Amino acid sequence: MDSLEPLLRDHEFFRGLEPAYLALLVGCASNVVFREGSFLFREGEPADRFFLLRHGKVALEIAGPGHGALIVQTVPEGGIIGFSWLFEPHRWQFDARAVELTRAVALDGVCLRGKCQQDTRLGYDLMQRFARVATQRLQATRLQLLDVYGRAGAYR
Amino acid sequence: MPVLTAELARPAWSIPVPWRVTAARREVHDIVTLDLEPPGLAGFSFRPGQFNMLYAAGVGEVPISISGDPAARGPVLHTIRDVGAVTHALCELEPGQVVGVRGPYGNSWPVAEAEGRDVVLVAGGVGLPPLRPALYHLLAHRHSYRRIALLYGARTPADLLFTDELATWRGRFDLQVEVTVDAAVGMWRGNVGVVLGMIARAQFDPANAVAFVVGPEIMIRFALTALDEAGVPAERVFLSMERNMQCAVAMCGHCQFGPFLVCRDGPVFPYPAVAPWLSMREV
Amino acid sequence: MASITSGGRSLVMARASLDTLLDVLRSRGFRLVGPTIRDGAIGYDDITSSADLPAGWTDEQDGGFYRLRRRDDDALFGYNVGPQSWKRVLFPPSSLLWRLREAGGEAAGPSDEPADRFAFIGVRSCELHAITIQDRVFIGGNQVDPVYASRRDGAFIVAVNCGQAGQTCFCVSMDTGPKATAGFDIALTELLGDGEHKFLVETGTELGAEVMAEVPHERAAAADTARADHIVQHTAASMGRQLETGGIKDLLYANFEHPRWGEVASRCLACGNCTMVCPTCFCFSVEDVTDLTGDVQERHRSWDSCFTMDHSYIHGGAVRPSNRSRYRQWMTHKLATWIDQFGTSGCVGCGRCITWCPVGIDITEEAAAIRAADCRIPDEGGAGGQP
Repeated sequence: MDSLEPLLRDHEFFRGLEPAYLALLVGCASNVVFREGSFLFREGEPADRFFLLRHGKVALEIAGPGHGALIVQTVPEGGIIGFSWLFEPHRWQFDARAVELTRAVALDGVCLRGKCQQDTRLGYDLMQRFARVATQRLQATRLQLLDVYGRAGAYR
Repeated sequence: MPVLTAELARPAWSIPVPWRVTAARREVHDIVTLDLEPPGLAGFSFRPGQFNMLYAAGVGEVPISISGDPAARGPVLHTIRDVGAVTHALCELEPGQVVGVRGPYGNSWPVAEAEGRDVVLVAGGVGLPPLRPALYHLLAHRHSYRRIALLYGARTPADLLFTDELATWRGRFDLQVEVTVDAAVGMWRGNVGVVLGMIARAQFDPANAVAFVVGPEIMIRFALTALDEAGVPAERVFLSMERNMQCAVAMCGHCQFGPFLVCRDGPVFPYPAVAPWLSMREV
Repeated sequence: MASITSGGRSLVMARASLDTLLDVLRSRGFRLVGPTIRDGAIGYDDITSSADLPAGWTDEQDGGFYRLRRRDDDALFGYNVGPQSWKRVLFPPSSLLWRLREAGGEAAGPSDEPADRFAFIGVRSCELHAITIQDRVFIGGNQVDPVYASRRDGAFIVAVNCGQAGQTCFCVSMDTGPKATAGFDIALTELLGDGEHKFLVETGTELGAEVMAEVPHERAAAADTARADHIVQHTAASMGRQLETGGIKDLLYANFEHPRWGEVASRCLACGNCTMVCPTCFCFSVEDVTDLTGDVQERHRSWDSCFTMDHSYIHGGAVRPSNRSRYRQWMTHKLATWIDQFGTSGCVGCGRCITWCPVGIDITEEAAAIRAADCRIPDEGGAGGQP
């Protein structure tokens, strides 16, 4: 998987990662492709990996009776999907569907979890990176929740 | 309905001129664009970002951004959201009917200052209409600007304005258009997420860019933070403010925003001037 | 408007000649408006002669307090200012902006109707400044208001230099008095005592001099001028309140989250009295109406107040829903943001807001409280910066 090393090294998400850790990650990485309409993961399934999107678009959505699937966020090229691999209960909360043909790098979460426990420095480093993305997603979600474009009083 | 006449002994600031509705288009469920023509051969010109006061006979008057092309001859476009008695009356007008108009008022987007630079337009919700005239101007003088990016966010796909035009603009090679919504159902193939999340993906050089931002005030504040994080200097970020407006000629005191009168000193403001006031509540 | 002519010689006229002055003005077509007692206070209304003036009366004022008291002399101008100001004439509480009638009617504005030419009798220096301040709003911007302009253009001003200071007066702090220095056609200083009752007269314009030429007068003696000066100095030295204006704009801009705003909000009733009596407050609301048939449309404007919930309303709510933010808006506008908006302070130190506040909120006290605990100054033992 030599071709994956520059990909991970140059990706914004892993900027500044120590070369030894990078090599470790490469060892846990694989190329994956999702046809349009197929799912990267489904709600309730075990969360055992995360993805860097190289090409395409993925919708995080949840479905219910009477209204079909509701999209809460789309992740574009270069984005990262999946935090639940890192935290108990290691289960996906949403469906992730490829809106169009999507190529991604999948990273083996089970393997990485083990390595993080052995080397807490690696664990701290990855935790920081994921926490940052989670914070950004939280701010965005809050702004979506405020329904600022809604009619006055829509949120209240 | 009584006929308003344009012949007045002495024009006073408060007297509207009767314009005729030549077209009325329902853009989305609660937003209408009226094409209005002034009487006779009266010339009317405006700069992008300016607004008119539109008077619905006997109901009232509201400030409405002019949403059309400043260089175009013919009807002047006004895009109106139905949120109250006056806007409702305006949204119900049909071609042939008359609207009272006075204006244009306010200042305009600094399109001249943006020449030679990348331009990032950030519009939220019904913030796109007041920004559209600026985009028309930029495209009409395309060679005067470097890269142009339009970032537009709306509530849901059903609330997206000017979708035909968005598609046309998206087809250009010299314009980046990114559209997103806050929420959507599964069939939507576009983006879901906040508009400021697209700032990171817009193609522009922050050190040499100008940004125009308009939308709900909360969205504006988030966008300003995102532009700041992206490295756009504050003095090259401009936003459009909104306050209660009744006279539009700096006399009635309603549009005060701290030291500013939005009708006279705005609605377009450079970020540094308003920064201390934006962060305070109930100003 | 009138500007002072340099080297205006001082004249003296007898008390009786005041009626001659009023007659001359009336014969020249002016409608006289001056101080007169109404509803237990001294207000400005139509007058015909000096008999209508509150001779021998004075006013006692303090925070939330106003009473008329008898003087022990017959001074015609021996009081300060009442609840009304000249804005009631220049900027009427309610006026028609235009009316439109069915089928071919023209929108007729009030400028199409003949306007009275007013002569204001007894304008105090603070009020002259207030008029100048409102001039900037209504006729000094990009657009001119025809209602204000038509009343202002023709107005003849007879100013009066205050012979006493009120308990709520602070014109000295605001540099707006007590001596009228500009903006009048004629200025009077009442000289009463030693068996004499006369007026020192200064003319400020050619028209003022022309009018005075028809009124019996003499050249002022040095003693008269000195006495008038002395009266004004005494007034200046006995101001009831004072307000430190040094750096006040920056002070208030930096203290928008000061705890004092919450404190005054707990007392403020948001009744808006202060905005009604203030001679510079100019906010107005615009209302469009039709008659029942819909054939006649009218646009009216009427005094509004930033203390109302409607004042700052935009889609769905007020920008300033709390008492705290509305009091803050009023006071920071008056003393600070007005400077950026129109180039001068909005306050002339007349003290009306203090007198007519039902709970006696005192703008000078509030400004002093904020200055004393300025959030910009590091805490030196307790003050400032608390939530």
